[in-house]
Amino acid sequence: MSEISTTPLTAADGTPLKKKLAQAMFRSRVRAVGLVLPLLGFVLASFVFPILALMWQGVYNDTFERLMPNLTEELRIWDGVSEPTEEMYALLVLDLKQNRADRTIGKVASRVNQELSGTRSLFTSTARKAEKIEPPYRESLVKIKKKWGKLEVWQAMKLTNESLTPGYYATSLDKRYTVDQGFIERDKKRQIYTKLFIRTLFISGSVMFLCLLLGYPVAYLLATLPLKYSNLLMIMVLLPFWTSLLVRTTAWIAILQSQGVVNDLLVWVGITADDSRFSLIYNMTGTIIAMTHILLPFMILPLYSVMKTIPPSYMRAARSLGATPTLAFIRVYMPQTVPGIGAGGLLVFILAIGYYITPALVGGQDGQLISNMIAYHMQKSLNWSLAAALGGILLGGVLVLYWAYDRIIGIDNMKLG
Amino acid sequence: MSSIIKNAVVASAMTTLVVGAASAADLTVVSWGGAYTKSQVEAYHKPWMASSGHNIISEDYGGGIAEIKAQVESGNVTWDVVDVELSDAIRACDEGLLEPIDHSMLPAAPDGTPAAEDFLPGTLHDCAVANIVWSSVYVYDSSKVRNWNAPKTMADFFNTDSFPGKRGMRKSPKVTLEFALIADGVPVSEVYDVLGTEEGVERAFAKLDTIKDDVIWWEAGAQPPQLLADGEVIFTTAWNGRVFNAVAAEDQSFEMVWDGQIYDLDLWVIPKGSKNVDAALDFVSFSTATEQLANQASWISYGPARASSVALIGGYHADPSINMADHMPTAPANFKNALQNDFEFWADNSDELNERFNSWLAQ
Repeated sequence: MSEISTTPLTAADGTPLKKKLAQAMFRSRVRAVGLVLPLLGFVLASFVFPILALMWQGVYNDTFERLMPNLTEELRIWDGVSEPTEEMYALLVLDLKQNRADRTIGKVASRVNQELSGTRSLFTSTARKAEKIEPPYRESLVKIKKKWGKLEVWQAMKLTNESLTPGYYATSLDKRYTVDQGFIERDKKRQIYTKLFIRTLFISGSVMFLCLLLGYPVAYLLATLPLKYSNLLMIMVLLPFWTSLLVRTTAWIAILQSQGVVNDLLVWVGITADDSRFSLIYNMTGTIIAMTHILLPFMILPLYSVMKTIPPSYMRAARSLGATPTLAFIRVYMPQTVPGIGAGGLLVFILAIGYYITPALVGGQDGQLISNMIAYHMQKSLNWSLAAALGGILLGGVLVLYWAYDRIIGIDNMKLG
Repeated sequence: MSSIIKNAVVASAMTTLVVGAASAADLTVVSWGGAYTKSQVEAYHKPWMASSGHNIISEDYGGGIAEIKAQVESGNVTWDVVDVELSDAIRACDEGLLEPIDHSMLPAAPDGTPAAEDFLPGTLHDCAVANIVWSSVYVYDSSKVRNWNAPKTMADFFNTDSFPGKRGMRKSPKVTLEFALIADGVPVSEVYDVLGTEEGVERAFAKLDTIKDDVIWWEAGAQPPQLLADGEVIFTTAWNGRVFNAVAAEDQSFEMVWDGQIYDLDLWVIPKGSKNVDAALDFVSFSTATEQLANQASWISYGPARASSVALIGGYHADPSINMADHMPTAPANFKNALQNDFEFWADNSDELNERFNSWLAQ
């Protein structure tokens, strides 16, 4: 034994075999990394980095600190509850003047308004008059707008002065972060997000359930029918899948609206009167129906791919051992489709939770999802930080669900096709 | 799954092609789409392309300043000229998102009146030049047989006892809150004073509460005529030019109720950092010349922003027997009870009221 180990095996050119092997392994590993690198770079640059950058916006906003450089130091020292000093008012006027000149006052005003609603106009209208403000500053500012004398305005400024802020996440959960009391409940009239999160979960869950209910028999037929019929059925499943989402959504509008096909039919049959037609669209019902239709293929295809692999002989064996068709189906067939149910369910649920165009078109008031609010803050109110916080919570929720799925069913069991 | 990926690849390749095709000389002009953009293409884009030799790429958007902000802040400005509402123009200007526009470069009227005097009061701003006056009104379809008399006032819009059925409204607090107050009996001259107070806002929302279950909310300007034509709503608020277009070009029998109309301006703005500022300025001054503005009014019933153009308004382009002047928001018969949108109020309060409006909707 010892003789063998002292004289290592060598390759034809005299290098030890071990070294040669390591070299060959290294080369193939470099090649593998080289092949993956472009994709990795692409995913990092176009997916991971933007998401992280956006998530960062949800907790960090330096607008105030950057644009109000004179006031920022004083605000940091200020305890947040005592009366603001005349010097703070003077620095405020100085910064307002500068922002008015630079045309940046709108940004400052929007930022403070995010912490305390109703302050945007306070800043913009005061800035318009900033050139004419004379000392004593406190008095003149209060004369322009009484609000300047209020402590809550200064507290809001102190909050926005901290660039790293929990404020957006607090708002996303209908809370408010304050200087002196920590997190408090928001004004009832402005609460909206928790309700929308719950509604999003509810609608996504309903859509997932309906997809399973409708998709399971179709997938079963696809997997068991003779090829001639199952191909035709497959085309019928895939055809809508290839049709534009907008076209399908608008088609549902034409079908479900109160003067639409379904209602006309119901009136004609006599189920409902002409003046009491059903509201099937522009509400939650419309959202659920349209989303179920659009997401159905995502349930059917994984189910089908799993069912296809279940040998028909299992059912026959169960039958021959004395099980009734129902029992054989429930005890033998269904358990084997669980990976497909899991994959389809998770896929549909995760897609539904971020759905946005369909609810926007057919959702009316009570069929809107949290994603519509995120889109609103991205596109209309321009409060990107709040959009990022809402998106962060949504992402967190999906990850938790994924984790729960992994714990309960096991992600290895999932079969996507 | 692979079909999605393939689509994405094709889509991104197309985008690259399109972006690549937009060379430096091409001007991207962005407006609201539909009949309105068509009127601008006919009256402004085509003659300007012929005279300047530049090409125009016309894009549609749904209003707001989010896209402008995104482009300016990311330093990748692809829009050169954008048609925006007044309060958005003021707000974007306040936030430094727009190029300033020197009014002295605007062409004088044919009789030599300088542009600064020829433009209607309040239509020229530091970063924006108005092209039209448009109005929000409400509409009904007179061809549909109903067991009620024609509505006459804004209060009728909110009266679900005499006029039962669904109503279409724009999903935005702007105009909606004003309509509610006018319907609740506030004279048009006092609407913004009332809306400026907490009680006034409460009052407007309380009025909206009375019809909340009957409202279908629309977002794009092309939706309300469609909702009305489908019989989905009995009344809908709409932009007057779109309604006119549905009546004149599509033979719909829509009737506008001008009582309590709220008029506003659409203005050209140039996003800061546009790569074609010179061409954009040239386009803005060309399109807001007397002749072009008057010409646009033959395509859609929006009033031109220049006094000298108002005098030149003629017939509808497809049917000269329709006198366009009668269909303008500013025609005397339509103008009896009208309110001008207060841009300062909305530039200052839109964040607060939008937030309120959204939570109200979700409740």
